[in-house]
Amino acid sequence: MTSSEQRLAEIRGGLPPRRHNARTIAALTGNPGCTRRAVLDGAGVDKPSLAERVGFPARFGQSRFAITRGNTFEAQVKADGGAELLRLVADRLGVPVPAVASWTDLGDGDELTGRVERSAALLTAAVTPHEPTDPGHAGSPHEVDQGAALFDHPLLGLEVAGRRVHLEPDLVTARLGGRFHVVEIKSFPVVDGQADAAKLAAAAVQSAVYVLALRDLFAMRGPDPDLVSHEVVLICPRDFTNRPVAHLLDVRKQLLVVRRQLDRMAQLDELLAGVPADFTADPAAEPATLVASLSQVPARYAPDCLASCELAYFCRQEAGGHTAALGRPVREALGGIDSVAEVLALADGEPVADPQRAEAAALLRTAARLRAEALSGAA
Amino acid sequence: MSTLRALAAAQAVAAGVAQPVATVRHLHLSRRPLVLVPLAMAGEANAPLAAMVGAAPGEARLLIVPQPRNRDQRFAFVAELAATVLPYVDAHRGANEAVPVDRGRDVRYRYLDAPQLLVPNPAGVTFLRLLGRATRFRRIDGDYPVPPQVPLLGRWLTFFAERAEHPGSSALVAMTQALSLHWATGQSAVEDLHLPALLGWIAPPAGRSGAEAAAWAEDPQRCPPAGPATDPSFDNERLAPAIEAYAAAEADEVARGEAYAELEKLLRDQLTPTWELMWRGVGLLRALPPGARVAGRWDGDRDAFTAYADHVDADGAPQPRRDGAVAAAARLHRLERAADLYAVQRAYDDPLVMAEYRLTGEAFVGEVVLADAARIDDSGRRPVLRPRIQLVTTDPVLVPVGAVLSSPARPAQKARVVFVTPVADGKTEVVVELSGGMGRGLTAAPGSVPEVGERLCYTTLSEAYVPAGSFPAVEETPWTHGGPPAAGVPVDPLPAGEGAAPVPDEEWT
Repeated sequence: MTSSEQRLAEIRGGLPPRRHNARTIAALTGNPGCTRRAVLDGAGVDKPSLAERVGFPARFGQSRFAITRGNTFEAQVKADGGAELLRLVADRLGVPVPAVASWTDLGDGDELTGRVERSAALLTAAVTPHEPTDPGHAGSPHEVDQGAALFDHPLLGLEVAGRRVHLEPDLVTARLGGRFHVVEIKSFPVVDGQADAAKLAAAAVQSAVYVLALRDLFAMRGPDPDLVSHEVVLICPRDFTNRPVAHLLDVRKQLLVVRRQLDRMAQLDELLAGVPADFTADPAAEPATLVASLSQVPARYAPDCLASCELAYFCRQEAGGHTAALGRPVREALGGIDSVAEVLALADGEPVADPQRAEAAALLRTAARLRAEALSGAA
Repeated sequence: MSTLRALAAAQAVAAGVAQPVATVRHLHLSRRPLVLVPLAMAGEANAPLAAMVGAAPGEARLLIVPQPRNRDQRFAFVAELAATVLPYVDAHRGANEAVPVDRGRDVRYRYLDAPQLLVPNPAGVTFLRLLGRATRFRRIDGDYPVPPQVPLLGRWLTFFAERAEHPGSSALVAMTQALSLHWATGQSAVEDLHLPALLGWIAPPAGRSGAEAAAWAEDPQRCPPAGPATDPSFDNERLAPAIEAYAAAEADEVARGEAYAELEKLLRDQLTPTWELMWRGVGLLRALPPGARVAGRWDGDRDAFTAYADHVDADGAPQPRRDGAVAAAARLHRLERAADLYAVQRAYDDPLVMAEYRLTGEAFVGEVVLADAARIDDSGRRPVLRPRIQLVTTDPVLVPVGAVLSSPARPAQKARVVFVTPVADGKTEVVVELSGGMGRGLTAAPGSVPEVGERLCYTTLSEAYVPAGSFPAVEETPWTHGGPPAAGVPVDPLPAGEGAAPVPDEEWT
């Protein structure tokens, strides 16, 4: 165990690190500048328990209606050995629908390492020639198996903060025409070609995590990582029906974002250097201790955090009196000044201590005068 | 986000209560608006779960779908909703008035009043838009007929949803948007979308600060969300067992009745708090005096209502799923014009809105210090009356020499900037030359030229009529936009299978 790992284990308390999934990794891209979050997520702290312990429980729940509907739709799309799925994906990719395609469910079996090995072996076997590779013949027909194949529930891995985490995506990887495509089945509808923007964005980031994990696997095992397409096939119900429709999502931008955040977490040592030695986020600790401890590691709260981070309500409370809590547009419109009290003081005409704020102060003074004038009816 | 509004938000944080950002009401409020609070079933594609609807606080009608995945029950719900909404719409098709068009050579008619729908939030508008989309193409004959009022409601809901996109329209209003237009809270825009929290800031109960009231309102156990999405723990702990109990009762009349009553009570309890908040919001908005140009914009809503009612009477087609290229360009142009006009009108109506433009140098308020009301410009072919006035202002003036300004006090008069001279104490002298709005002849009508001592606002914002752009006919769609649609093919064909072909029972379409 390295010293960093030791350190992270201490921060967590005696608990094992929380397991990541594509959703939690995708959530990491939300607020990349937040040190508190990078440290807590890097350590795999149980944030929901921590938030509850400090008195600001997270409000993330999923309705069982939504879960049922999601499962039903997924089962329907995958039915009959994925025949319908294959047709949809092939149609969307513009390749002829293969007459036969193998269907491999990699979700069987309990033992984790065995499953990881099985997923990796089967996913790469198809493209790894069985005879020794001749570097001069890279890209030869032997390199790429033309057979169509669908892999359900592959178990993938990704390095997060120096730790290997396993992802068990509810997804199918399709190998068609020699390339691999991540196929994401989502139950939100696409009505007249349009889907809910927020849900679509979330699906794109999640898919990017899977693409990244697949490419990592390929890079380790030999085949060219570029065999994994940056285009993800998204399958959703069309309009108000249960009929599935496939769309292509280009996730190149999301890949960059996720990669960048993972790299940042890989350099957790640098972040940890700025964290006090007695910092703890062990949910078993006393609430007062935890609050004091958390306040030593700076957060960068923004209202968007409420939708993605379990600790957001705590950070929001802490950010009270700061313009950041009102949202970035407000903060920018106030000349980037951090404290509400300072904004109001400058607007009141108090002398400016910092010459860099002179311009903002003049703007705020004028704004305050105009506002007062208009409200008093003098204008 | 203007600095003025941001400052109001900062003041709201300090004061603990929302601060006004408007001095007048910028939307029309009907005498009897139809408040509609929809709830949707989680996970499904816009499946209705329940709605509370009515045109007065005491007229709440609760509609529920006991088994939201059942197609027949969904359409029964839509039919019930239609039985409330359509009579409300029709009630506004009484008296009409003649409006001169084509410079008085012709007249057209418009209804004296129009229906107004109020929903809690933008998600409620989206819900109605999608409900309209899901129902307006339904067939009343064939294999899966629906009651005739279902597609009719779909068309009206689509009409309202399209009006809601039109800046300045009051036909379908989201309450959170309407309130945010008039008050700035000490929370973020995301949090303002939660109606209970927003109202907590605007009108906190006695003894509580806005922040406390908003935090209290965030707990879904105490304060159910304003829909259409329900609280997941409500779904899991209370709604799901109640729906299961209803389904399990099957043919047992008594058990079924009890289960239905239980479901109804559950959903009523979820909807009633929002229903009450909606009417509180209406009350707060009604207390504000309407802006001078609000009635003019409502005329536009009445025009649109009249036109669509005539279209329905004439058996016109339902709105297409997607606009063709020409229709889309024309719609975009219409919306942009409306957005510009709405921004100008709000500033003209409301000094607090105009103050935002004063801060950015697009408007200034000054006192007239010199006025030459009789000035004649005889440099041209014939002499014209061109009075000049000089104003002194403390506002930042960023308008260039030669710019043409107007004043909300004299909208018909143009003022061309002749000199801009910064003087001491951060003041600026501005000389403008006036034209128009002074009567005929070479002497200004009394009162038409500002006098010394008058305080005036001049702005680059102009209310002047901007002629609409011209667009080609559909059959002349340029190749850049896909060319003319193929002859004989309707612009918006229904996809194969939709509407006409048999669909499995559990499907919504």
